[in-house]
Amino acid sequence: MATIDIDGVRKRFGNVDVLHGVDLTIADGEFVVLVGPSGCGKSTLLRLIAGLEDISRGAIRIDGERVNDLAPRARDIAMVFQSYALYPHMSVERNMDYSLRLRKTPAERAREAVEGAAGKLGIDRLLQRKPRTLSGGQRQRVAMGRAIVRTPKAFLFDEPLSNLDARLREQMRGEIKKMHQDLGATSIYVTHDQIEAMTLADRIVAMNEGLVQQIGPPRELYEHPTNLFVAGFIGSPAMNFIDATYRREGQNAFLVVGEKRLALDERDVADGTPVTLGLRAEDIAIDADPEDPGAIEATVELVEPLGLGTIVHVQALGTHIKALSLAVVEHRVGSRIWIRPHPEKFHVFEEATGRRLERKAQFAAELPA
Amino acid sequence: MSAATLKRAGYWTMHYAIIALYVAFALFPLYWLFKVSLTPTKLLYSEGVRMWPSRTTWENYGFVLTNSDFPRFFLNSVIVSVSTAVLVTVVASGAGYALSRFRFRGKFWLVGLMLITQMFPLVMLISPIFRIFTPLGLTDSLLGLIIVYTAFNIPFATFLMQSFFDGIPKDLEEAAMIDGAHRFTAFRQIILPLTLPGIAATLGFVFTAAWSELLFALMLISKTDASTFPVGLLTFVSKFSVDFGQMTAAGVLALIPACLFFFLIQRYLVRGLTAGAVKG
Amino acid sequence: MSVQAERRPGWHGTRRRFALRMEPYFYASPALIFIVAVMLVPLAIGLSYAFRDITLLNPFSGGFVGVQHFVDLWHDSDFWQALGNTVTWTVASVSLQFFLGLVLALRLYRPFPGRGLVQALVFVPWAVPMFLSGLNFAWLFNPVIGPLPHWLYAVGILSSPENILSDPAIAIWGPIVANVWWGVPFFAITLLAALQSIPPEIYEAAEIDGAGTWRRFADITVPFLAPTIAITVLLRAVWIANAPDLIVAMTGGGPADSTQIVASYIFTQAFKGLDFGYASAVATVLLMLLLVYALIVLMIRQSLLKAS
Ligand SMILES: Nc1ncnc2c1ncn2[C@@H]1O[C@H](COP(=O)(O)OP(=O)(O)OP(=O)(O)O)[C@@H](O)[C@H]1O
Ligand SMILES: [Mg+2]
Repeated sequence: MATIDIDGVRKRFGNVDVLHGVDLTIADGEFVVLVGPSGCGKSTLLRLIAGLEDISRGAIRIDGERVNDLAPRARDIAMVFQSYALYPHMSVERNMDYSLRLRKTPAERAREAVEGAAGKLGIDRLLQRKPRTLSGGQRQRVAMGRAIVRTPKAFLFDEPLSNLDARLREQMRGEIKKMHQDLGATSIYVTHDQIEAMTLADRIVAMNEGLVQQIGPPRELYEHPTNLFVAGFIGSPAMNFIDATYRREGQNAFLVVGEKRLALDERDVADGTPVTLGLRAEDIAIDADPEDPGAIEATVELVEPLGLGTIVHVQALGTHIKALSLAVVEHRVGSRIWIRPHPEKFHVFEEATGRRLERKAQFAAELPA
Repeated sequence: MSAATLKRAGYWTMHYAIIALYVAFALFPLYWLFKVSLTPTKLLYSEGVRMWPSRTTWENYGFVLTNSDFPRFFLNSVIVSVSTAVLVTVVASGAGYALSRFRFRGKFWLVGLMLITQMFPLVMLISPIFRIFTPLGLTDSLLGLIIVYTAFNIPFATFLMQSFFDGIPKDLEEAAMIDGAHRFTAFRQIILPLTLPGIAATLGFVFTAAWSELLFALMLISKTDASTFPVGLLTFVSKFSVDFGQMTAAGVLALIPACLFFFLIQRYLVRGLTAGAVKG
Repeated sequence: MSVQAERRPGWHGTRRRFALRMEPYFYASPALIFIVAVMLVPLAIGLSYAFRDITLLNPFSGGFVGVQHFVDLWHDSDFWQALGNTVTWTVASVSLQFFLGLVLALRLYRPFPGRGLVQALVFVPWAVPMFLSGLNFAWLFNPVIGPLPHWLYAVGILSSPENILSDPAIAIWGPIVANVWWGVPFFAITLLAALQSIPPEIYEAAEIDGAGTWRRFADITVPFLAPTIAITVLLRAVWIANAPDLIVAMTGGGPADSTQIVASYIFTQAFKGLDFGYASAVATVLLMLLLVYALIVLMIRQSLLKAS
């Protein structure tokens, strides 16, 4: 197991800049999940770590050793491909011990390693089969097994579950988590799946257009997104965004949305600044008391029962808003209701920069500590 | 019967008539070749144009196989064709792999060069190659032929191999490299085994091409010892132009290896031809 | 300090970068070497021969003669005849091969009982070595053992059952017939592949729209095939113009040079006359003509691409 240190890494293909300087330090045994929209450079970053692409600028260190110029085979890293990339002409066993044979591991030890890994993954009875005779989930396990037979310094996963159906994905997600708890291996995991990211990660790295936007534990990205991009990207259903103006009158700060005023804690920004208010769907209560000053009148546009709760789409504050309720909701489309966003859970971003505006009070309280 | 049924019946009659005509056109010459080779020499002049002779014999084959230089020619052709096929396949695998997997400076020119060689008249090269090969001792030598045929067949074989490599995901050799293999090891152990059908097709194509080549063999070889089958057959024809039975028997023998390989490769004909026609 | 060190890759790194950069050449260079040594260098030398007096058996030859060969060529009636024959040979062979190939491809396109067998059978001529198909047709045209003169006589095309290969007026048709027989499968396969790449839903949609067989052929098949057809026909024409095997095998250019095409003329000059200088001059002219032709092909291709 090892630490991975990514230091100012840039990558360009021809004259297209794909990574604009990525900094990331991964501790020994940590499980880091990379998320970001398609084409933002996640796979490229993995491939740079694996040594499949040349680093244009910056350095990657594994256990303190600079590996920029090491070939993939010399980096001792395992990777699970989205396509699995199982060798079609080799049996499952051969697929799994290929790396060991390349390293001239004694046959006895290799067999033990393969059997151990196969046992852990429940594929011991498939060892003599060819990949083409396996189901999707079985192939996925073999790909996993191929990675874990040789206890590499780190694991790289590039969307390993995205080819599986929902149920299998859920199951494999659990197994990956268990495996990580067992092996404690340093891992970097790319996914588009919110739940995978939230459940697996020690820390999530949110990327956009070749730049790291935020790094932190899942809850931190969820509860304190540092900018509009992260706020909009993390979480499902996606955060509601409402254009507003920040106002301060004496001690009272509030947001103006159309005619509505919403009270909130003071932020460190000038009076009259255009901002974006972010509201998570679950932070909006429906069926609020109309007398409550925080309540907002809304028209129901669509009701989506999820089984676990309901998403209610409403028209309010001059825009479309989604609210999530854990209760069974029986409103009809077109009916008028009152919703109430939780003022403690307001996310406020400066419109011009997309930067998060923290609470002044909280800052002041935290500073001495 | 309704008009529609009549029309359908007419359609199918036409369909099979056209096909039967073409099958006859395609097979008749070969049938005739075989028939003449079985006709006893004595009957040739009296029954030359009958559909089937009144008596048949294998003695023409016997003569060709025992009393002529054809076994020598046959052996030479096998040596040349097999060596060429193997050499071209090895070299074209490398080049096809490079074209399929790498972006590199000069790639555009390499592809352009290969395309152009498919267009220019190879007869142009007869005189210069002869002059270059003579001092090197490569005329009257099978090695000389192998070198020439190899070069001539590389461009097409490269495009063919490239199209097979393109069908194999890049992930596989990347996985192997991460597993600890050199790229070349990955190429040998992972990619090549998966390209076996492509390799077989390329071997077949090149073998057939080398087996059939006439002009350079005529020019570069004058000794009977080093002649290939086409040259042997042609000289035989010009020297003994009345021994039809033996000539046709030799012709049938020349046909056999080519046909064998044809059946080996026919599944890949479409891919091969489209690779050649679209790219070349 | 460490930043400085990292900006400059060490010797080790430079070497790996270099190795990475060189890797594709490692795979491609054997092919390149063969092509350059056996095709490109001889091509350049051949071009230089065109301006020299190179006759194999004459030890005094080798001098520079300027454009003398080209002047001779201009007055060489055999060359002009060969050029005319090349056009006849190419146009007749390609158009007949194409037409028969298209008919065959259209017949083989839809499944019918026995299609697999028919397909294997009709493609057999392509497996026959070209020179052998030439010899075979030479035998078929020979009235002693071949039926063709008798049949042609019977239907009134020939006034007597003679070998057409010995009649200068029509001898060129001998190799053309052999060429057509040999080359139809090539067109059939290429067109079949192109036909099969047309999505069947398009035909079904057209049928639902009320298009009959003929309209479907004219409105869907032809436009879809046009680019493949154009490129295949044009490239195949070059290939056929360049391939003298059949003529060398069947007539050797005779009788009286009546079947000589430019490619076989070059071969004859080099092989029989051993006049490499003159042969190279003829080859140079052929190359120039083909280059002009290729340019035209490229222009047509461009305009086709623009059209679609
Ligand atoms: N070999 C290459 N040559 C040129 N551009 C490339 C190459 N590989 C990737 N890119 C470009 O780099 C960018 C990042 O690609 P990358 O595969 O890393 O995205 P990603 O974040 O993994 O996306 P996805 O979620 O869709 O897998 C893309 O715009 C892509 O087009
Ligand atoms: Mg990706």
